[in-house]
Amino acid sequence: MEIKVLKNILNANDQRAQENRGLFERNRMVALNVTASPGAGKTSLIMATIKALRDEFRIGVIEGDVSSAIDAETIGTVGIPVVQINTNGACHLDATMISNAVQSLPIDELDLLIVENVGNLICPASFALGEHKNILVASVPEGHDKPYKYPLMFSKSDAVVLNKIDLAPYVDFDRDQFIEAVNGLHADARIFELSCKTGEGLSEWNSWIASEIRKERTA
Amino acid sequence: MHELAITEDMLSLVLSEARKHDAQKVNRVQLRIGEMTGIVGDSVRFYFEQISKDTIAEGAILSFDFVPAAARCRDCGHQFDIADFVWSCPKCHSLNIDIVAGNELYLESLEVT
Repeated sequence: MEIKVLKNILNANDQRAQENRGLFERNRMVALNVTASPGAGKTSLIMATIKALRDEFRIGVIEGDVSSAIDAETIGTVGIPVVQINTNGACHLDATMISNAVQSLPIDELDLLIVENVGNLICPASFALGEHKNILVASVPEGHDKPYKYPLMFSKSDAVVLNKIDLAPYVDFDRDQFIEAVNGLHADARIFELSCKTGEGLSEWNSWIASEIRKERTA
Repeated sequence: MHELAITEDMLSLVLSEARKHDAQKVNRVQLRIGEMTGIVGDSVRFYFEQISKDTIAEGAILSFDFVPAAARCRDCGHQFDIADFVWSCPKCHSLNIDIVAGNELYLESLEVT
């Protein structure tokens, strides 16, 4: 006997992600899923965002890594509520890990939840967490070819942050090719070119996040 | 890379659908996988063999229906397959395109007894 199913294989994860999203919306907060390859500057961007927005908004962070609590300790130094998830080998966070982690955060007091996904440009693209926005951090030394090599990840990103622009004079990075590929993969994606090291370009990024939070509050 | 997690979710979906129909045995599983997902069929097969042991899906044949990545141009309306991962419209060269196929990750059907 043949059974017609036609169901998304990741149905269970997608449903849990919807529940997470519902929780975030009831609390009128914005959740970001920050992805990147290892070393692109996810934690640096998160630290810079906290520094710029913490006076106006209440921020919480979920850190995802295969192992260690290094990132959570870094975030913890600035006195922001943070939960570390160790995936013990898994290459991505999933919606269930997030729904468990938010129980350790004062979620009803937050305006912004930043989730730092496992450093990886492949797997996190398939697993929705319940986020409002997918943020992909790329960096100049990685090269301009990354959107061509990891198209799914870029196609699902609402904003692409190009970090370490201060290193552009020292490496062969073709900015036009990079921008062209990002636009082609997601015509509506925002692109922010900045340096977490020098602070250049950060204010545009921070204003965008602030405006997304205000939009959600008044929704 | 994440085929194990995908295969685990796929197996639990297969088993729950089979149970709904009081199946004794799952003989064949038909999957629809988009090119954009990067899922490798052989890897799914390998994990499926391992984790379906001692379930009614043990020994089931996995068939894949691979869907090529395709896009539609917002400017001229042309729909095209994305050959060699070039992300612009072959007709008007616009980058204003929407990906319309290639993200599929579906359990299509089961053959059970």
